Amino acid sequence: MVLLRRPGRWEYQAVPRWIYVFAVLGTLFILVPLVGMVARVNWSQFLALVTSSASLDALLLSLKTAASSTVVCVILGVPLALVLARAQFAGQRVLRALILLPLVVPPVVGGLALLYTFGREGLIGKSLSIAGINIAFSTTAVIMAQSFVALPFLVLSLEGTLRTAGQRYEAVAATLGARPSTVMRRITLPLVLPGLVSGAVLAFARSLGEFGATLTFAGSLQGVTRTLPLEIYLQRETDPDAAVALSFVLIAVAVLVVGLTYRAPAHRPRAIVVPEGIHES
Amino acid sequence: MSMFRKSVAIVAALMLTASLAACSPGANPGGTAESSTPNTSEGASSLSGTLNVFAAASLKSTFTELAKEFQAANPQAKISLNFDGSSTLVTQITQGAPADVFASADEANMNKLTTANMAQGTPEIFATNILTVVVPPNNPANITSFADLAKPGVKVVVCAAQVPCGAAAKTDEATAGLSIKAVSEELNVTSVLGKVTSGEADAGLVYVTDATGAGAKVKAIPLGLDKPTVNKYPIVAVSSSKKQELAKAFIALVTAAQGQKILQEAGFGTP
Repeated sequence: MVLLRRPGRWEYQAVPRWIYVFAVLGTLFILVPLVGMVARVNWSQFLALVTSSASLDALLLSLKTAASSTVVCVILGVPLALVLARAQFAGQRVLRALILLPLVVPPVVGGLALLYTFGREGLIGKSLSIAGINIAFSTTAVIMAQSFVALPFLVLSLEGTLRTAGQRYEAVAATLGARPSTVMRRITLPLVLPGLVSGAVLAFARSLGEFGATLTFAGSLQGVTRTLPLEIYLQRETDPDAAVALSFVLIAVAVLVVGLTYRAPAHRPRAIVVPEGIHES
Repeated sequence: MSMFRKSVAIVAALMLTASLAACSPGANPGGTAESSTPNTSEGASSLSGTLNVFAAASLKSTFTELAKEFQAANPQAKISLNFDGSSTLVTQITQGAPADVFASADEANMNKLTTANMAQGTPEIFATNILTVVVPPNNPANITSFADLAKPGVKVVVCAAQVPCGAAAKTDEATAGLSIKAVSEELNVTSVLGKVTSGEADAGLVYVTDATGAGAKVKAIPLGLDKPTVNKYPIVAVSSSKKQELAKAFIALVTAAQGQKILQEAGFGTP
């Protein structure tokens, strides 16, 4: 047993040393390719490459659509997570599996599904089209594609937090006469706020990187549907330097947003071992 | 501690298997098959080994058929095909992907390979392709000519100017004196075709071979230009390949009458 001296108390440290070897390998596996890419950035041309009108349009569109789809994910995802974590009904497990589907299917498949549903000839799109609403080739289509792939991230994250938080406080509030809506507003949501923020950040990050579903469903036009990942893919054809520079911008934005707001799931309280003769002061 | 040993043993075993698997073809590239084949006949059937052919996505159906014919004629040879956009393929090859033959959909991407000194000899043009208008079978916008694509309200999808089909579309547009406002500039020609076959777009500009390949799912309307942009398809053996003889034989099939017949049936023009 490894006991680490921490100010004021002894703690059991559960990670065997050899695990660190693999943890370091895992870290390098993620970081080294990033370093490899950054090493290819043409710094003398960097500013010119990332401030071209096509690049700026793509960056602005990406930020705008990712923010919008995060809002959509919160509006649709919070009720979904609450229902999955708190309610009990037949088919709940099946529902959860289906909702997590966008996590496992390739985004291109998601894009096709959206196309055959909301496209001009699609299941719902056909009626919308008759009513004069055309979604394909619009910024709305980009937001829908991003929300589709990002929603499970928020639901999964929030449902986990809801389960960990438990229902004791909610039950107490209810016994004191609070209605379900009041309990949700005053107890549940404040309690799981960190999980909600983490989920929203994950959804934002996933939206920012969305490529396959957008390409398949929304198309690609500067300033309307061509987000940063699409612009990077396109620039790669003729100007690899621009593609690398834009990739760097995308990574920087992602690191900034995730680093500033994402909090790892709260640690389970560590087992505190107080060996005989040692007392907390 | 025993748990630790066990895990180390498992990891070591995995690594050993992986390295063995990686070694077996590499250590003896096509050698075993070649050496065990007695050179009794001098016919083409003495060719053996696996040939990695990297070909442009638009060659998928024709090269699949050509590979079948080649394997039928040379039972000991195997053609392994990798289809993708020409620029993706050329990047893969220059970054060390194990390609023996490269067939590009345009000369610009082939030039990247020759500039990198990775082409064995001079690339040979084996096919040509031109653009055509395609519309969904029910032709929702009543398109009857190339000029109709410039009409307001028509949802036209083209390739982005950065990719070969988009560059060709821009030139043809200028030749015809048209100004087309596309609703989407796709990243590859397959996406353009997809938007038309799904009925999402009113019309698109794709290669004649794409229209032929799509069959009844689209209606093709020729551009009707005297001098359309002609896309040339070059093919070459990759200089780092250790299977030059096999590569030469495959390229010979593509450029010979037998290969040309298959290509022309798919809509390609003669070089």
